[in-house]
Amino acid sequence: MKGFRYLMDVVTLQLDQAACIGCGRCVEVCPHQVFSLAEKKASLRDRDACMECGACALNCPVKAITVDAGVGCASGMINEWLRERKLRAPGGNCCS
Amino acid sequence: MSEKVPGFLGWMQTPAGRVPRISTELGFSDHLGAWKARWGIGRMAYMVPPGLYALGNPAASDPVVVTANYKMSYDIVRRTLAGRNVWLLVLETYGINVWCAAGKGTFGTGEVVRRVSSSRLAQVVSHRRLLLPILGAPGVSAHEVARRSGFSVSYATIRAADLPEYLDNGMVSAPAMRELTFTFYERLVLIPVEVVLALKSVAVIGGVALLLVAALGDLAAGLSAFCAYLGAVLAGIVLGPLLLPWLPGRSFALKGAAAGLLWSSVFYLLAGTTWNIWVTAAIFLALPAVSAFYTLNFTGCSPFTSRSGVKKEMAIALPAMGGALLMGVALLLAGRFL
Ligand code: SF4
Ligand code: SF4
Repeated sequence: MKGFRYLMDVVTLQLDQAACIGCGRCVEVCPHQVFSLAEKKASLRDRDACMECGACALNCPVKAITVDAGVGCASGMINEWLRERKLRAPGGNCCS
Repeated sequence: MSEKVPGFLGWMQTPAGRVPRISTELGFSDHLGAWKARWGIGRMAYMVPPGLYALGNPAASDPVVVTANYKMSYDIVRRTLAGRNVWLLVLETYGINVWCAAGKGTFGTGEVVRRVSSSRLAQVVSHRRLLLPILGAPGVSAHEVARRSGFSVSYATIRAADLPEYLDNGMVSAPAMRELTFTFYERLVLIPVEVVLALKSVAVIGGVALLLVAALGDLAAGLSAFCAYLGAVLAGIVLGPLLLPWLPGRSFALKGAAAGLLWSSVFYLLAGTTWNIWVTAAIFLALPAVSAFYTLNFTGCSPFTSRSGVKKEMAIALPAMGGALLMGVALLLAGRFL
């Protein structure tokens, strides 16, 4: 995103180019212009810009994209961590 | 659906029954409601009934725009489409905005399919195309919707404000319509509710800190510690997010610490004349740690932070903050007893 960059080399996004049929959905849904399309094949033009929202993976008709999707939110993760250890009741998330 | 839906103008007859026609002008209560929602007052009650609505005088060939039943989303969409004939399909997202609801899956494939069928949209319109907000895509699988409902999905724009241009553009998104932004104003409107949410914990922690210091020394010192703490919290919640692009580093915790350093310096200039070296060191360690925590929390509101990134940051930043806080307290005590 213009003017903003987050940490480098952390995202879990993977693209299986062999499986790609070049439909262009990933380019359409990604709000960070991570993909580009050339000669009916998608490629990762800016992988570090990915925020792991999962839109591309969910909308790829041939499952050529995988990403460990979830909201990147510190308080949500702290709550999740506490919940896993049964220290906190369910509920309480980032976007409330 | 009743006549109580926000902006109700009248009923419109369609082959699938009557549909409320709604106004594209917002009234005073809509503006007041938006303001209250931003401050976190009565947010849960801020929803509109899901279903099909008519803007203007839509015909069977007019486009269908899909949105969430968060009142503010509904208001922004209807206002921006003033003067046009459009069908508005409102999904049940339990009063949550498109982006957050998509993350939770309530703005999702199942709900799109359900709402298309319960509103009998196929009888109302002659085409088979839905226009969805791009930020709804993390919850919706376009090919699944097509398979299950017969409607194709086009992800139109990120911002509702670009919808008129999108429609005029022959329903093709220009690159700028697909690009996220996070402007000063976009960050600013997120802050009030964060402040309100944080004030609760501030009251508790700040109260305890006040009592502790007051017990050790005098009330004035306690009050001053409370001010220091409150300022550090606000630096993390308000200053950090507002100055986000200009604060150093990529890590939110680091940016928060920088905002906290700024506050520590201001506080030093205001009240530092009486501090000894121990207190000064403690202040410059502990306050940035507090601010860092709150700015790190803002990752939940920022539309460019990845889960993996936040995880990595937390693994480093949380122990560092804890360490800095402990050091600060230790220095204060050392200064008192050495
Ligand atoms: S997960 Fe989201 S941000 Fe990352 S590449 Fe896919 S659509 Fe873009
Ligand atoms: S959505 Fe999948 S198939 Fe379509 S272009 Fe992207 S990677 Fe290729």
